[in-house]
Amino acid sequence: MPEVLIIGAGPAGLAAATAARRAGARVVVLDAAEDVGGQYWRHLPQQRPAGREEVLHHGWERFTGLRRELTGVEIVTGAQVWLAERHDGRPPTVHILVGPADGADRVRRVFDPGALVLATGAYERTLPFPGWDLPGVFTAGAAQALAKSERVAVGRRVLVAGAGPFLLPVASSLIRTGARVVGVLEAGGWSRLGRAWTARPTELLSASHKAGELAGYARDLVRHRVPYRVATGVIAAHGHDRVEEVTVARLDAQWAPVPGTSRRVAVDAVCVGHGFVPRSELAVAAGCQTGPDGTVVVDADCRSSVPGVFAAGEITGIGGADLALAEGTIAGTVAAGAAPTSAQRRDVLVYQRFATRLSDGHGIRPGWAEWLADDTLICRCEEVTAGELRDIAAATGSRGLRSLKLSTRAGLGVCQGRVCGRSVEELLDRTTGGLLDPGRTANRPLAGLVRLGELARTQGDPS
Amino acid sequence: MRVVVVGAGIVGAAVARELAGAGVTVTVLDRAASAGGTSAAGEGNLLVSDKGPGPELVLAQRSLTLWQSLRDELPDFPSVEYEAKGGLVVATTTAGAAGLRRFAESQRGAGVLAEEVDPHDLEPDLTRDYTAAFHYPQDAQVQPAIATEALLAAARRRGAEVRQGVEVLGPISLHGRLAGVRTSAGDLHADHVVVAAGPWSGEVSSRLGVMLPVRPRRGTILVTTRMPQRIRHKVYDADYVGAVGSDDAALQTSSVVESTASGTVLIGSSRERRGFDGRIEARVLSALAAKAMVLFPFLADVAVMRAYGGFRPYVPDHLPVIGPDPRLAGLWHATGHEGAGIVLSAATAELLADLLLGRETHVPSSPFAVERPTLASHLASSV
Amino acid sequence: MTTTGPARLEAADDPVSPGPTSEIAIVVDGSEIRGLAGQTIAGVLLAAGRQSWRTTARQGRPRGVFCGIGVCFDCLVTVNGLRDVRACQRHAADGDEVSTDA
Repeated sequence: MPEVLIIGAGPAGLAAATAARRAGARVVVLDAAEDVGGQYWRHLPQQRPAGREEVLHHGWERFTGLRRELTGVEIVTGAQVWLAERHDGRPPTVHILVGPADGADRVRRVFDPGALVLATGAYERTLPFPGWDLPGVFTAGAAQALAKSERVAVGRRVLVAGAGPFLLPVASSLIRTGARVVGVLEAGGWSRLGRAWTARPTELLSASHKAGELAGYARDLVRHRVPYRVATGVIAAHGHDRVEEVTVARLDAQWAPVPGTSRRVAVDAVCVGHGFVPRSELAVAAGCQTGPDGTVVVDADCRSSVPGVFAAGEITGIGGADLALAEGTIAGTVAAGAAPTSAQRRDVLVYQRFATRLSDGHGIRPGWAEWLADDTLICRCEEVTAGELRDIAAATGSRGLRSLKLSTRAGLGVCQGRVCGRSVEELLDRTTGGLLDPGRTANRPLAGLVRLGELARTQGDPS
Repeated sequence: MRVVVVGAGIVGAAVARELAGAGVTVTVLDRAASAGGTSAAGEGNLLVSDKGPGPELVLAQRSLTLWQSLRDELPDFPSVEYEAKGGLVVATTTAGAAGLRRFAESQRGAGVLAEEVDPHDLEPDLTRDYTAAFHYPQDAQVQPAIATEALLAAARRRGAEVRQGVEVLGPISLHGRLAGVRTSAGDLHADHVVVAAGPWSGEVSSRLGVMLPVRPRRGTILVTTRMPQRIRHKVYDADYVGAVGSDDAALQTSSVVESTASGTVLIGSSRERRGFDGRIEARVLSALAAKAMVLFPFLADVAVMRAYGGFRPYVPDHLPVIGPDPRLAGLWHATGHEGAGIVLSAATAELLADLLLGRETHVPSSPFAVERPTLASHLASSV
Repeated sequence: MTTTGPARLEAADDPVSPGPTSEIAIVVDGSEIRGLAGQTIAGVLLAAGRQSWRTTARQGRPRGVFCGIGVCFDCLVTVNGLRDVRACQRHAADGDEVSTDA
C-alpha cells in the first residue's frame, strides 16, 4: 500500500511525486494516458520519439528533469480511476482499471493510500454557439493535443478564438504543425486585459519568465502575420456537414456581440476555448470542499477539507504549469510528512498572483448568451437546444437542476455534463430566477466509463 | 379551505393536484427544489408484479387505472414517457421457480394478469439459464421526475401555488389543533397540513410535534450509455419480490433491468438501511452488475456512465401511511411508499382527498391509517 | 492529398523531428486506413483527412473529434466489436476493426 498516492502525472502530479519521493515516501502515480506529462507536456508517443520536442514546449527540460527523478516511484499509466469511495476523516479508497482506454478487460486495482494527492488538472470550457457541433469545430485544447502527440493539424486554414493566454500557444503549435492560422480572437477587451496585465508591474516581474513565454508565442504570431484581435469572438459556425465559414463579431465588455460588426471568414477548422474547468469529480467524490467555481478548497499546505487528501495544480484554481509545479511540490512534501521550504512557499504566492490577473482579464462574461439562437445546441450529447432548455424550465417551473436535467436531458449524456454543465447551469440560473441546487453538474460519482463485466469481477483486496 | 402540502415530490404533487381540483386553496412547500429527492432517484416503476395480495396491491391497481388518464393530462408538457411495456419476472433457481409460481398464482386470485411464458419470445437476449418466467402485461413505467413536474404543473393550473426553497420550521397551533406552519419564509396559516416529504417525513412530523417512524432505505441504480434497444420489458429476477418486503438492514440486491426512452439501460436495485448516507460504494455497484449479467449476459461489454442513489421512505410494517394523524388534529400524512411511490402517488392522492373532504373512498383506508395496529408499537415506543 | 481539412505533418517537414516508426493499418467500416504506430484511432482518421465519423442519435448529425483529450465523448467508435471507445484516447493497434455506425 502506497504512503502517497498521486492521481495525475502532469506538472502538479510529477512535482508532487518527486517531492514525496525526496521526503522518503513510497509513491504511486496514476495517469489515464499512456505516458506521463499530462496535457501540458503532451508529446509524441514512445513508438515515435521526437528529436526536438522542445520546439513545441516551453520548459521541456523541466519535464525531462522531473522524469529522471521518478526513479523508485511506481507509475501506473493507462489507469482509469473510476471511483473514489469516500470515508470519514481519511482518504478515499481509489478504484482503478488498467489497460487500453475504454477496453473491456482491464485489470482492476484498489488503493487505500495513507495520503492522496489529487492533481487531475483541468479541461477546456467552450461556450456554445450556433454551429459549434459541426465537424471542424474543435476546442483549442484539441488542436494542441493533436499537434503535440500526433503531429496532426486540425485544418489547413484555422481560426483560433476564445479567451485567455492559452490561445497563443495553441496558435503557435498549429503554425508549427503546418496549418495556416488566419487569426487569433480574444473575447476580452483591451480595457480589462490592460488592467489585468499592467497594474502592479512588480508582481509580473517576479513571474517574468511567464510573461517571456507569452511574448515568445506573440513573436510567432507576428512572424507569421497572424492577426490578433481583442474584444472579438466567433459567434457562429456554418457549413453543411463540416465547418466552411464562421461568423466573427466584435464583443462588448460583457461579451455580447456588437450589432453590425459581424463578418464571415472562410476556414476549414476553428479552435475555440473560453477558459478551463477543474477536473474535480474525484475530489467531490472524496468529500473535498469545493468553491463556487468548482475548484478544490486548499490551505497553504495544499490540504483539502478531507484529512490526508491534498490537491495541487489546476483543480485548486486555474493558474498554469508553474503554479501547478509549485503547488505539487508543496502537496507532495506535506503528504510525505515533511515541511516545505519558505522558498517553495514563496513560489506558490508569486504564481498565484499571476493567475489572479489572468482570470481578472480573461474570465467569462455573461453576454455570451446573446449569441445563442433558439436552435443552438447547448448539450452536445443529448442534443438539447437553448430553446428547449428555456421552454421546459418555464413549463415545469422547477428551480432544481436535478429535476431540470431529467426533464430536459441536458447533461445526462455520455460526457455526463463535462462539456455543457457550466453553460447549462448558467442559462438555467437566469431562466429560473436562481437554481436552488447549483453545482450539481460536477457531481459525477463514476469518474469514467466502466464495463459491467469489469464492474462485476470480484474486486479483490486492496493492494 | 386552505391546505399546506409539505413536499414537492410525486406524492405531494399528486395530493396538491387532487385537492386543488376539488376547489381547495393549496400551497405546496419544499425546502429544496421540486422533484429533487426520492422522486428523481428511481426508475419510475408503475408495477403490480412485485406486490402480493393485500392493501398495497389494491392501492396499486387503483393507481394504474388513474395513471391511464393522468398520463395525457398535459399535452403541452414534456412527455412523461408513459410506457405500458409490461414486466417480465425471471427465476433462475429451482426454488425460485416454485416460489414465483406460487406468488403469481396468489396474485392472479387478486386480479393481477400474470402468465407463465417462454421469456425468449419477449426478450431474445435473456439468459438461457432460467427456470421460470412470468409476463405481467399491466406493469408500466414513467419518467418519474417529469411525472412529478407534470403533476405540479397540473396542480398549478388548478390554482395551487408551489413554493420551492421554503422550509418548514415548526407548527402554528390554535386551540390544540394544527393551524398552519412556521416556515423560513414566514407563517403560513392553513386548515390542514399534509406531510408528503418522503423519507424526510419523520423529520417534518417531529418539527410539527408528532413522531412518525419513516426512515430512509438506500437504493442505487446504474445507467449505461445509449445503445440500440435490446431490452423491451421491465425485467427483474424473482429475488426482487423477496427484497421489497424484507426487514434486513444489510445490503440486498436483486436485478431490475430495463431500457429507457432515451436508449440507456437502467440497472437496479439495491436496498440498504444506513440512514441518509449517500456514498456510492464499489461493492454495491459490483453486486448490481453481477446480477444484471445473470439476466442479460450481453451486458458484460456494455459501458456504465453513471451511478446514482436515493432514499426510499420506509415504515416498519412496509405499508404507506395515508390519512389524518389522530394525535394532532389538522395534521395529515401521505408517505412511507418505499420504492412504489411513483405508482402509488395517484391513488394515495385520491384517498387522502376523499378522507379530507369527507367523500366516500375508492379503496379501504384503514390499512393505511396512522393508528393501524401494526404501527402502534412503533408510535408508542419512540415519542 | 486534399488541400482542406486535417492533415499530418510529414516527418521530413517537421521541426520536431519525429523518429522513424513502423506503419500500421486499421480497418474502418471495411476500408483499410494506414497510420503510424503510437497514433490514436482519432489520429489515424484525422491524418487520413476524415473530419467526422459518428452520427448523433437524435438528429443524425456528423461528429468527430471535439475536445481531443477524452472529455467530450464525441469521437466514440466501436473497436473490435466493443462499443463506446473514445477514438482520441485509444491507441490504434495494427489490424483493429473499427466501425462508426453504432
